[in-house]
Amino acid sequence: MIHIDRSMVGLAAATLILAAMGGFVPDWLAFILTLALAKALVVQGVVLQMRAGLVSFGQGLFFCVGGYAVGMGGQFFGIHDAPLLLVVGALAAVALAAVLGLLMTRYRDIFFAMLSLALSMILFGVLVKSSDLGSTDGFNVHPATFFGHSFSNESYKSVLYLLTVFLAGGGALILHMVHHSGLGRIWEAIRENEIRVEYLGLSPRWLLYANYLLAAAFAALGGGLTALATGHIDPEMAFWTTSGEFVFIALLGGTAHVAAPFIAAILFAFVRTYAIEFTPHTWQMILGFVLLGIIVFLPKGLWSLVQSKRRAKA
Amino acid sequence: MSTPILQTKALCRSFGAVTAARDLDVTIAPGEIVGVIGSNGAGKTTFINMVTGYLPPSSGQILFEGRSILGKPPRAIIRMGMARSFQVAQLFPELTVLENMLIALVAAEGPRPSFILPMATAKRVRQAKDLLEEFGVERFGDSVVSAVPQGARKLIDIAMALISTPRMLLLDEPTSGVSVEEKFGLMDTVMRAVRRHGVTVLFVEHDMEIVERYVSRVLAFYSGEIISDGTPSQVFADEKVRELVIGHGHATDKKRNMA
Ligand SMILES: Nc1ncnc2c1ncn2[C@@H]1O[C@H](COP(=O)(O)OP(=O)(O)OP(=O)(O)O)[C@@H](O)[C@H]1O
Ligand SMILES: [Mg+2]
Repeated sequence: MIHIDRSMVGLAAATLILAAMGGFVPDWLAFILTLALAKALVVQGVVLQMRAGLVSFGQGLFFCVGGYAVGMGGQFFGIHDAPLLLVVGALAAVALAAVLGLLMTRYRDIFFAMLSLALSMILFGVLVKSSDLGSTDGFNVHPATFFGHSFSNESYKSVLYLLTVFLAGGGALILHMVHHSGLGRIWEAIRENEIRVEYLGLSPRWLLYANYLLAAAFAALGGGLTALATGHIDPEMAFWTTSGEFVFIALLGGTAHVAAPFIAAILFAFVRTYAIEFTPHTWQMILGFVLLGIIVFLPKGLWSLVQSKRRAKA
Repeated sequence: MSTPILQTKALCRSFGAVTAARDLDVTIAPGEIVGVIGSNGAGKTTFINMVTGYLPPSSGQILFEGRSILGKPPRAIIRMGMARSFQVAQLFPELTVLENMLIALVAAEGPRPSFILPMATAKRVRQAKDLLEEFGVERFGDSVVSAVPQGARKLIDIAMALISTPRMLLLDEPTSGVSVEEKFGLMDTVMRAVRRHGVTVLFVEHDMEIVERYVSRVLAFYSGEIISDGTPSQVFADEKVRELVIGHGHATDKKRNMA
């Protein structure tokens, strides 16, 4: 029943290439890529919502939950295995989303955007006030084991890189199927015309609820990987600028293809790294110009470059 | 006598001071083709909106095949076997016509669509294309809806409503926004499909020639009330109808209600 298409082959190939690269790229590059891929997983959730017509300026909420679940799991609950911590984080985020979704799915457009922002700022506020969790400083994440094996500092980074690559690749394959599935296309239909969806016998609200939960799970996964990679978590993860960055990257890549958020996140990471290095005081301005250029010249994101090339070939 | 497919009892609805429905008692038997006439603002769309659960009545009862539909959302009523089209076609404008049909096909299979299995299976694509062909709009299959002419959009809207294999179909001005030359062709297409699917139909129409040609019974609305109910010749001969409805001019497209 599941049809293997060109995109899936491409995604699998890209995953293997990235995994193989882990063997020889320098540490700093593997680190940047780990963070970029983790961030891209969060952005995948933002894109999932955008395809359904919703823009969240609060996805940092679930990103932060994923990160804190990893940190607190090791600190307070004696859970030290990375895959298990990531699962716990995703489950915590889905549980929270299951409650918040009851409220969020009642809202659309700017109301959804602002309410999502408000909820993430509440978490930010709570964490800042929690001295047991290090307040504004957050706390350090214990090094984790991987399926029961512990690794030295050197190989720890490589193993984490590999885990991130495979989770990103697996996530991308699943999301590619989701985008083309019955529900995936109906989410687009909800964006286009909710009344008609209702009159097709479906509940737009409960279908958006499912969308909200899935996006939360991806955000938490990205947050958990980020916490493992940086070895540190703090309330900034839930701050609205963090969420804004996810939206930025989503717009940069576009929503047309599941590969776009990865490309955009990697590009974003490099632009930022170099911009900070060469023009430490103006890098936000550079990002501003990049976004301006994208919106004016490539309103459907960087992926439209790939698409127009494909069309030219066909 | 068999159970009516649709029955309303003392159905009322007002919007502030405006009474859009006053004590509507309508009984429709399975297989009937009913035309609804009435000038702008007479309450025709309000009637369809109430019967499909979009608008709660102020008071009264609505029975579909003997079961009350009061308090049920449109999606539940659709699943019971009712369907409607809209005065202004309600489609997914940035998706292609084929995608619109495929989405309706997926929806018809149940309220919890798969999030993994692909929408565009060979079987569904064939079904969608067959239906587009039946409605004579297959040439628009790959166009986005927003680029398709008004008349074709009305047909697609109706084709989509039929995908859920309803037993009753409510059409709100199927020929509005369609040129005079195209109207009969459109209605022929719709009525052929409807007969093939064996659906009971109620349709709102301003064009009396169309009403006369296609229906077995006419309901004339005026100011939220039904002022005449009978065969086309009976209703058209009615003095009140001649004065209040037919003499009123057919300002078909003056207003564009969404639903
Ligand atoms: N949602 C609403 N809010 C307020 N008033 C409404 C609403 N819907 C309908 N009305 C009013 O109720 C009356 C009946 O409207 P309705 O749309 O049912 O008329 P109609 O017979 O379908 O007319 P048309 O031929 O123009 O489509 C009108 O006076 C209209 O202004
Ligand atoms: Mg109307």
